[in-house]
Amino acid sequence: MAKMTLEQLRKLREEKKGDMQKRDVEGKSIQIIVGMGTCGIAAGAKQSFDEIVKAIDENKLSGDVIIRQTGCMGLCHVEPTVEVVMPGMPATIYGRVDAATARDIVVKHVVGKTLVENHIYDRPAVDIVKK
Amino acid sequence: MHFAVCDFLLDLVQNSVEAGAANVGIDVVESGGSIEATVEDDGKGMDERELERAKDPFYTDGTKHARRKVGLGLPFLIQATEQAGGDFRISSRKGSGTRVSFGFPVDGVDTPPLGDLPGLFLSAMCFDGDYELVIRRRAPARGVDYEIRRSEILEAAGPLDDASALVAVREFLASHEAS
Repeated sequence: MAKMTLEQLRKLREEKKGDMQKRDVEGKSIQIIVGMGTCGIAAGAKQSFDEIVKAIDENKLSGDVIIRQTGCMGLCHVEPTVEVVMPGMPATIYGRVDAATARDIVVKHVVGKTLVENHIYDRPAVDIVKK
Repeated sequence: MHFAVCDFLLDLVQNSVEAGAANVGIDVVESGGSIEATVEDDGKGMDERELERAKDPFYTDGTKHARRKVGLGLPFLIQATEQAGGDFRISSRKGSGTRVSFGFPVDGVDTPPLGDLPGLFLSAMCFDGDYELVIRRRAPARGVDYEIRRSEILEAAGPLDDASALVAVREFLASHEAS
C-alpha cells in the first residue's frame, strides 16, 4: 500500500460524506464518549473505541453521532466505560464494554433505542433496569 | 497493566492533554534492536517533588477524583521497562512541560508487543481540546519513515468526532505504517 497523501485523505473524506444519510437536520444529537484513562486503556478501551467507530460507519450514522474520548470517568472497576447521551433515551454509562458490547450499544441503544442489559453502571434508575 | 507499547504511549498522551499542553510530540523509533519512544509536552509540568511522587503508584494529585488514592500510568510504564530490561527517563519543569522517554529491547521475552500504531496515533489525535500533536515515526528496516501533524489531518478530514472521518484517517495512518 502506497502512502496516502493529504489530498487523497481529503478526497476519501468527501466520498464518505456522500454516503451519509443525514437524519437530523438540526445537527448531531447523539454523543458517545469513551473513557480513555489508564484504567480504560488497560482494560481494552481502544478496541471498544475502534468497534464503535466501525459500527457507526457501517450503519451510516456518522451524520448523527459525535464520538469523543475522555479520561477516567471514575468507574475504574468496570472499564472500559462508554457514555451515551441521546434524545429519547436516558443518559447512560455502560461498563465492561468489550468489542461485542460496543457493537451492541450502537445497534441496540443508538439504533434500537433499548438499553443494553447487564452493562449499565450509572444513570438510569434501578427500577427500569431488569435484573 | 497495559498490554502493548502503544497503550503506554496513549496513556502518556492523555496525561499531556490533561496537563493542558498546546503542543505534544510523540516519537516512535524501531532500530538497532530496540524500540525507543518519547512523549514530550508543554503542559503544566511538575516540580522535583511532584515528579518523584508521580512515580509512586499510590499517589495522585487528587484534583480529578476526590477520594482516589492511586495514579498508575507512569508506575505501570516504569515497572514494564524494569521487567523487560529496558530503560525509562522522565524530566519535567513546573510551568513549561514534561518529557518521558523509554526503550525496550526488541527481542526481550518480557517486552510488550508494539501494538496497533495507526490506532494509537488516531486515538492520540482524538482527545478534546485545541492541541497540536506531532507524530514522528521511523522503522528503517521496514522502510517506514514519516511525520504527521494533527493540524494537517484536521484540515484535510474535518473534526475527528465523526465516525466517517475517523475511518478515513485510520486508513491514511495505516497506509503510512504499511509502506
